[in-house]
Amino acid sequence: MTRVTALNVNGKKMTTDVDSTTSLLSVLRNDLNLTGGKYGCGEGQCGACAVLLDGQPIRSCTTQVGRAAGKEITTIEGLEKDGRLHPLQEAFIKADAMQCAYCTSGMIMSGAALLAKTPRPNRAEIINGMNGNICRCGTYQRIINAIEIASGTAKEMSK
Amino acid sequence: MIDQRNEIDAIEAERYELFEGPGYKFHFDRRDFIKAFGAGIIFVVPLGRALAQQRGLGESGRAGSGNQLPNDIGAWIHIDEDGGVTVFTGKVEMGQNIRTSLAQAVAEELHVPFATVHLVMGDTDLTPFDMGTFGSRSTPTMAPQLRKAAAAAREVLIELAAQQLSVEPASVKIVDARFVNHDKSKTLSLAEVAKGRKLVKVIPENISTTQPKDWTIAGTSVTKVDSRNFVTGKHQYTSDIKREGMLYGKVVRPATFNAELITSDTRAAEAMPGVKVVHDGNFIGVAASDQQTATKAANAIASDWKSPGQPANAELVAVLRKPATERRGGGEGGGGVSRPQGSIADGLAAADKKLEQTYTVAYIAHAPLEPRAAVAEWKDDQLTVWTGTQRPFGVRSELATAFHLSEDKVRVIVPDTGSGYGGKHTGECAIEAARLARAANKPVKLVWTREEEFTWAYFRPAGVIDIKSGAKSDGTITAWEFHNYNSGASGIQIKYDIPNNDIQFHPSNSPLRQGSYRGLAATANHFARETHIDELAHALGIDPLAFRLKNISDERMRAVLQATAKAFGWGQTKPAPGHGFGIGCGFEKNGYLATCAEVAIEQPTGKNADKKTAKVKIVRVVEAFDCGAVVNPMHLKNQIEGSITQAIGGALFESIKFENGKILNPRFSDYRVPRFSDVPLIEVVLIDRKDVPSAGAGETPIVGLAPAVGNAIFNATRVRLRSLPMAPDGLA
Repeated sequence: MTRVTALNVNGKKMTTDVDSTTSLLSVLRNDLNLTGGKYGCGEGQCGACAVLLDGQPIRSCTTQVGRAAGKEITTIEGLEKDGRLHPLQEAFIKADAMQCAYCTSGMIMSGAALLAKTPRPNRAEIINGMNGNICRCGTYQRIINAIEIASGTAKEMSK
Repeated sequence: MIDQRNEIDAIEAERYELFEGPGYKFHFDRRDFIKAFGAGIIFVVPLGRALAQQRGLGESGRAGSGNQLPNDIGAWIHIDEDGGVTVFTGKVEMGQNIRTSLAQAVAEELHVPFATVHLVMGDTDLTPFDMGTFGSRSTPTMAPQLRKAAAAAREVLIELAAQQLSVEPASVKIVDARFVNHDKSKTLSLAEVAKGRKLVKVIPENISTTQPKDWTIAGTSVTKVDSRNFVTGKHQYTSDIKREGMLYGKVVRPATFNAELITSDTRAAEAMPGVKVVHDGNFIGVAASDQQTATKAANAIASDWKSPGQPANAELVAVLRKPATERRGGGEGGGGVSRPQGSIADGLAAADKKLEQTYTVAYIAHAPLEPRAAVAEWKDDQLTVWTGTQRPFGVRSELATAFHLSEDKVRVIVPDTGSGYGGKHTGECAIEAARLARAANKPVKLVWTREEEFTWAYFRPAGVIDIKSGAKSDGTITAWEFHNYNSGASGIQIKYDIPNNDIQFHPSNSPLRQGSYRGLAATANHFARETHIDELAHALGIDPLAFRLKNISDERMRAVLQATAKAFGWGQTKPAPGHGFGIGCGFEKNGYLATCAEVAIEQPTGKNADKKTAKVKIVRVVEAFDCGAVVNPMHLKNQIEGSITQAIGGALFESIKFENGKILNPRFSDYRVPRFSDVPLIEVVLIDRKDVPSAGAGETPIVGLAPAVGNAIFNATRVRLRSLPMAPDGLA
């Protein structure tokens, strides 16, 4: 059995010792205490566990940690820079784009990846880019608004 | 004014909440309060009175009956020595933002900045007893309670400040958390007044509180408390908690519902290093130092179960039509909820058009994104459990019963939780984690998988509804006979002025475990009623809005209908080809709403598309809502938008499929929930009634969407859909 002993997470080298077939989500949450990403379904359907692997959004629940070794992993904990929130984090607060907020980490990671690729997405591009993420509280309209605020395309805020 | 029938409705609305487990008793006394909170000033209310107040508002008759009335006190507010204000409530935060709105109420009465106020919620050792967070009760009952406590606190603090400043209390005001005398020559901070004191003050009963028209903090869109922690991933849900030496649990599930364990072989699991196996009656579970090992060990256990034959979806309508022979889950037995008025026979004889139809709703799952989770820890015979539940005190009772403990040995703590929607009333996961932790003699975390959450929680009741009606050609409804089988009595009463009506609820033996779901049966009853009203309107050739207004005299109901119609442009434009407009209205838990929907029927395109199956796309929804004085407009709009969005699932495609005691679609890949691509443009119209006490608003906005969409589908296609979900695989 192959072991994974080091991971690059949020710009830091972190040591661990886990079987390479363990899910990345489990390693992040249980071994590295990065609990921002959540378990929601275990089959890559809900996006609560979304993190970035070399800048690309992935489902950490269905990704074996062996696949992440040697790559740059970014979690929600790594989005804040020098005490300043990512513009999308700010926008989520401004647009009240959450209720229970259990989906929020995954939404923000998926949204940040979308904005990195498409800085000014239109509504169809947002829906297309975010459709793999579930919010059971149904705050989708506000999340779309938050992404528009962060990208500077928001017409008005849905107060 | 609430008329008598609505009062019945207000009580009946709660009867179908799922309650399991025994009652309660209390253990905290005055000295413990001082010990727990340290110095400062504590404001208390005799707990018996607080409970009686809750009971008077409809939460009666279940947990309380036969139990000793509490004679102890509950503490609601503590003015800390550093001037912070800590508020204690047994309510829990699950996304409805009650943590924010209750803090708004307290800050208002105390005249302190919002950020000064911190709420301790849902901790059975620290907060006063609470029946649970359900039934939209937090805003109408807990907010006034805390307002009274805060107003009393303000009066006492002013008196203490006046003594310290050597001035008359009447000349002291609180401005930005500072006590000032008439010419502002002398000031004191909250901390300076509270410092060094050890006072317990009882809240007088007759204290008056700020009226909605004078609100300055309530009534405004204060940002969600702790929102920075949520967007940075710092907030700790139950499933994020880690304790020293903690193990991870896994339960071996029965092959089917109602199965009996015949044999099991746990030897392979027990042979695994570091694995603790527990076998106790029908319960088999394991604990291990990591989740992978726990899962592997559970999978290594061979078990053989004996399952009785059980009904499948296909037989559901026939099963539900049979009267209940047993009491289970949330059902309390009994029949109708109001006496018939007038005579159905006379009403039908007077009618020019008569209609008789049946409507059905499916079982659906709450599927909260955070599945059930619990962390259990024993210290000697003291048990602490962190878990996401809507009933911390109810779960405490369940734990005490399960482990033969007195309740003062059990503490339940509810971290702000990843939603519930009525689906987290029970303590299964807490009990399982505690059982494993006791055997392992270490803390155990147990997080249910999505499949377990879909299978071993409980469901929104399925239901069958028969309606018989009659109306005159001028649009006057003359007869209304309504029978609901199994789904429940919430929202069953009418706001239509129909002199001859007979409205009944008939409990059934539900083949699946069922219980509360956001809005309870109000969704089913509104779907059936508002669809049927639309059918009557069309049979008579009358516009559906005009038909409703003709038969409704209730001013608040008329106002939401007119506001929705105006914002939607009802009657102003015709739908585009392939589009349809629909309308519906409703009343439940003192909230009034009307909903308009526009749908587009999209014909399949592409080579491999099934040409017969068109897709329903909801394009636009407008909903006006009146729940009395609005506490936080932004959070209220968010709740209404969320309700509309969640309702899309139950209206169009969500349905639990089952057979022989098994759930056939227990995962998101098989059970479709609303996604970004399902969401229409949503416009919410708030009617802010400063003259009416605030009602809860987390549930009722969910009931209007299904009938409005069904009626819009009829408008577009002339096809009438009478079963929820209406288009699980598109329009056949």
